[in-house]
Amino acid sequence: MTLLEVDELDCRYGLLQAVRGVSFGVAQGEIVALIGANGAGKTTLLRAIAGAHRPYAGRVRFDGADVTRLPAHRRVSLGVALVPEGRRLFPSLTVEENLRVAAVKNRPGQWNVGSVLDAFPLLQPRRKMPAANLSGGEQQAVAIGRALMSNPSLMLLDEVSLGLAPIVVDAVYASLQSVINEGATVILVEQDLTRALRVAGRVICMLEGRVVLQGDSKSLDRERVVDAYFGLRRSAAGEASA
Amino acid sequence: MTLLNAIVQGIFLGAFYAVLACGLSIMFGVMRIINLAHGDLAVLGAYLTFVIVEGAGVSAFVAFAIALPVMLVLGYLLQVTVLGRSLKAGLLTPLLATFGLSIVIQNLLLIAFSPDVRSLGGSAGAFTTASWQLTSELSISALGVLVLVVAVIVFGALQLFLSYTPAGWAMRATAEDPEAAEIVGIDSKAVYARATAIAVAIASLGGLFLAIRSVFEPTSGPTQLIFAFEAVVIGGMGSLWGTLVGGIALGLAQTLGAQLHPQFSVLAGHLLFLSVLVARFGGGRLTLRIAR
Repeated sequence: MTLLEVDELDCRYGLLQAVRGVSFGVAQGEIVALIGANGAGKTTLLRAIAGAHRPYAGRVRFDGADVTRLPAHRRVSLGVALVPEGRRLFPSLTVEENLRVAAVKNRPGQWNVGSVLDAFPLLQPRRKMPAANLSGGEQQAVAIGRALMSNPSLMLLDEVSLGLAPIVVDAVYASLQSVINEGATVILVEQDLTRALRVAGRVICMLEGRVVLQGDSKSLDRERVVDAYFGLRRSAAGEASA
Repeated sequence: MTLLNAIVQGIFLGAFYAVLACGLSIMFGVMRIINLAHGDLAVLGAYLTFVIVEGAGVSAFVAFAIALPVMLVLGYLLQVTVLGRSLKAGLLTPLLATFGLSIVIQNLLLIAFSPDVRSLGGSAGAFTTASWQLTSELSISALGVLVLVVAVIVFGALQLFLSYTPAGWAMRATAEDPEAAEIVGIDSKAVYARATAIAVAIASLGGLFLAIRSVFEPTSGPTQLIFAFEAVVIGGMGSLWGTLVGGIALGLAQTLGAQLHPQFSVLAGHLLFLSVLVARFGGGRLTLRIAR
């Protein structure tokens, strides 16, 4: 069953067109990796799905309903959660307050402060500490935990590994894996291609605001993805997306 | 002994300024709005209380209890209809909008009540003039104590609200990053409206104290705004406890200044405000310019 449907989405910042006529669907339980160079429009696309960016044209349908005009906080109560680029924690709030503030009344489920702290044991000793005093990895764990607090049916993860030491990235992905195993639907933006291909079932490659290549991560070989990523052999890539 | 008396009276006066400044501090802290109509909203609250006193013949405190929910709703509507829209257009627009609102409120009050000076001192009961004579030179007024106690309760209650309730966390989160707050499911517009409702309600409490302590007229607002603004700046913009401390510092400066010369009272407050400004911002800018 299709959980998310993006139809001819067009996002702009003034005259700059960041996302150009992007369409794709995500089925329940799918893990989709969005890859592409800086400025390809990945973050804007995620923000438009979450409701943080108002699209210029096109539609976003979630769980059968058109949510294109719905503000971000209403989408959270429908089950969309974004882990934003740069984490965007509330620095003066403690870890626990950062989590509690994100709890949504009408979405009961397995995730609460206790289960999030169980999933990210590194946060346990930090729960009374302001988020500003945490390390990068701990902050990322809070950002993911905060998104989980609404018991989302769709998780949008924007560059969760950015600025983290490789060993911390491993730890973050290990805890993410347990979330994924619970059957969550995830769209993630990841710069590390190997990791993206390993975690995701499907890969969508963007270039200059357009989808240039998509397919099962198993059926796509690295070469083609890299070509699409850098915009090499653009005509060939164009055929692949058509 | 006169010095001790000046300090005690300064703290009482300062508590009054802190109550006036509290809402201003909330609105700046949560929304980065400098509400130039804050003093006029306080005076509007005083007039509403005055109308209820005149109409129902109740005491000023009972009348205020009736006026308070009205002012809460007014604050909420003000945010939803005027300030929320103006916020979309950048930081300068709310400043202009509240400046306009200030003029509108003053003129509506002038039309409705004429420029006559009024007071609620009489309708607050014998309480207004009661005091405890400690020594021949030191007396503590019941009203001063009431204002101080209410100020501490208001600031304390706000602190508890912000620290321990979900609505309080949502308000702090929205103040720090409204977009991130939206992303985690907080309706930032509703939070803003709630913050403004609280700010206007506390402003009208300041208006009540003004009306009982002394007199008010339709154009009393801007003077109160200046004192409130100075209290906020002295205590540090957007800091709640800082505002209480800033208000008391301003009150102390005024009563101690009056010890030097009666005309020096308000001026001493302004000088404190200016020296805090220079110490906090001016000095830094100055060194920056020299460094360049």
